[in-house]
Amino acid sequence: MTSDATSSSRNDTPSIRVGLFVTCLVDLMRPNVGFAAVKLLENAGCRVEVPELQSCCGQPAYNSGDFSDSQRIARQVIAAFEPYDYLVAPSGSCAGMIKEHYPQLFATDAGWRNRAQQLAGRSYELVSFLHDVRGVAELGVARTGSVTYHDSCSGLRELGIHGQPRALLGKISGLELREMTDSNVCCGFGGTFCIKYPKISEHLVSNKVADIADTGADTLLGGDLGCLLNIAGRIKREGRATKVYHVAEVLAGMTDVPAIGDAELPDGAT
Amino acid sequence: MKPTSSQFKKSARVALVDPDLQRAMGFIKTGFVEKRRAAVERLPEFDALRRSARGIKEHTLQNLDFYLEAFEERVIANGGQVHWANTPQQACDIVLGICRRAGAKRVTKGKSMVGEEIAINEALEGAGFEAIETDLGEYIIQLAEEPPSHIIAPAVHKTKSQITELFHKHHARYGYTERQTEVPGLVDEARQVLRGKFLSADVGITGANFLVAETGSTVIVTNEGNGDLTNTLPPVHIVTAGIEKVVPTREDVSTLLRVLARSATGQEMSVYTTFSTGPRRQNDLDGPTEFHVVLLDNGRSQMLGNEFHAMLRCIRCGACMNHCPVYQGIGGHAYGWVYVGPMGAVLTPLMVGLDQAGDLPNACTLNGRCQEVCPMGIELPAMLRQLRRRQYQNRQTSAVSRMALAAWSFLARRPRLYRRVLGAAVASLAWLARVRGRGRFRHMLFAGGWTCARDLPAPQGASFQNQWRKRRQGNQS
Repeated sequence: MTSDATSSSRNDTPSIRVGLFVTCLVDLMRPNVGFAAVKLLENAGCRVEVPELQSCCGQPAYNSGDFSDSQRIARQVIAAFEPYDYLVAPSGSCAGMIKEHYPQLFATDAGWRNRAQQLAGRSYELVSFLHDVRGVAELGVARTGSVTYHDSCSGLRELGIHGQPRALLGKISGLELREMTDSNVCCGFGGTFCIKYPKISEHLVSNKVADIADTGADTLLGGDLGCLLNIAGRIKREGRATKVYHVAEVLAGMTDVPAIGDAELPDGAT
Repeated sequence: MKPTSSQFKKSARVALVDPDLQRAMGFIKTGFVEKRRAAVERLPEFDALRRSARGIKEHTLQNLDFYLEAFEERVIANGGQVHWANTPQQACDIVLGICRRAGAKRVTKGKSMVGEEIAINEALEGAGFEAIETDLGEYIIQLAEEPPSHIIAPAVHKTKSQITELFHKHHARYGYTERQTEVPGLVDEARQVLRGKFLSADVGITGANFLVAETGSTVIVTNEGNGDLTNTLPPVHIVTAGIEKVVPTREDVSTLLRVLARSATGQEMSVYTTFSTGPRRQNDLDGPTEFHVVLLDNGRSQMLGNEFHAMLRCIRCGACMNHCPVYQGIGGHAYGWVYVGPMGAVLTPLMVGLDQAGDLPNACTLNGRCQEVCPMGIELPAMLRQLRRRQYQNRQTSAVSRMALAAWSFLARRPRLYRRVLGAAVASLAWLARVRGRGRFRHMLFAGGWTCARDLPAPQGASFQNQWRKRRQGNQS
């Protein structure tokens, strides 16, 4: 695949082939995040493709104890993304599943374990890929207002994503980042947890929304749509005005669509 | 105690709206999380220390039989006795037998989680002995007739005013009729009442933070000094401990102590660290005349070498629960047994049965903060997932959740069908939201678990994949 990539550079197309793992939530709930990811990757000199044979990373099955379905889905993802230089996903949770958990899923199957490890080594969460691998230094985006950033747990603890989104947000002229208390504490999403234990989840997300409100920031950003749907849903339920976007939408300057959970366009958008 | 973990959901719901509990639990963040953070910051080599502590425990577990036998030999050489118990019942019988032979009436107790695990107080009282907890927190919950809600701060769920009332009710018979409303007054009153118990006890029972193979010593750490009065004043000292508590040397203990105190309370060292090495020797001025160690298995040897092996490294510091957002919200009692929070969610199903504690492995967001702060690097989220796997394999999960999961997996494994079915579903939801002029749903059929706590943001429209294909086709034509 590397040779293929090299040959393609001769006819003036980017030499780095990225397979975009869209993630099921972005695919179904918030396509704008997928298009923002494509734009950011292309601006970073990548040729982006979206393999057709993808759906979900298998995490719902994995975290529900159904390891065999999870393995079946993992094999499908591995086969679909093997031809690319990189797999990039706009989610720390799904990227963590592929990077950390796929190799463990095949602990007793040397062939697939090897393939899983190979793919794991080339798989990245979007923002850390842009910052760490592509060394993105400029975004060419301006935005006024203040944002606060929630560190989603899988990205933070499985992949060590903390500084990268802040560094890239720092490159947006006019943008003020206000840190919230406990930005590293879970929002209460937890996949099926939030519907199995809604009252506990409500307690966690209410704490999170209070911490967000305390910053006075007009917008909440994060890198995982699951968490953002949960937090935005709670913000709306409490009747608060904070807008919620995926960090990729802001980094790509693609916030000319209603924020998560909103019907109206944001102020100033045309 | 009889496990009530099967009532988890109900207990958690009650806990979340209990204003006293919610107020009391505020202490966890200021008292434990903040102090640990500061203590770790003050010690740049904390991570290196953590790695060597973990190495010590792992080495010991790899050679557990050897170190346990070495420990036993040294205890006997020191003039003490070691008793092996497979089950909580056997452990209780051994302790009761020692108390009976000593002609005991009154038994004082230092804090011991194994004591809680085997329910020794119930056994002692059932056999006609008076058992008195001497750790302040344990004493409070003994008066309240409640189980501990935290492994190192058993009464953390109680507010000061609740303790005022509790002492007022129970201490009147000792002549303390005035309500103490401030901490020093409360502590002083408990100290006065307990002093008489310490001096008249016939047997003292403590736990052990560590057992030292090279010396046959048992080690406890306390911040109140109650442990020392329990293990030196009565003529008989009984130590109850799990078999995983043994470590090779005193040097090893010193490494582990540095990690333990910082992880637990943010202290550099606990206030009192006591080594008990056998009964009183000929020229000793004090100490018990009998020294017994009761070593409990209760499923631990089954965990050696299986997927829960690393759990045996646990040093019971409580950092996992202190940092768990679920524990912080619901407190310890909802977990329904003696071990709580993330470590309890692993241990309880293994010790009392997965069928009795089915919610515990699931009531976790797998956020990983427990593993991050665990001084022993125990992969608690992975273990909870393994327990979920057992539940799934044993068909101990609900039929509805199995069907939903099976349907999802069926579609996920067929991406083209997935795209058609779910793409159409989200497109119609997006249309519905649009005609209502709203970006979210307040209620939705079959999504009550979501919408009871928050709105459901509406999908944007056609799925990414469908839009992407359409654009590509457009570009090609």
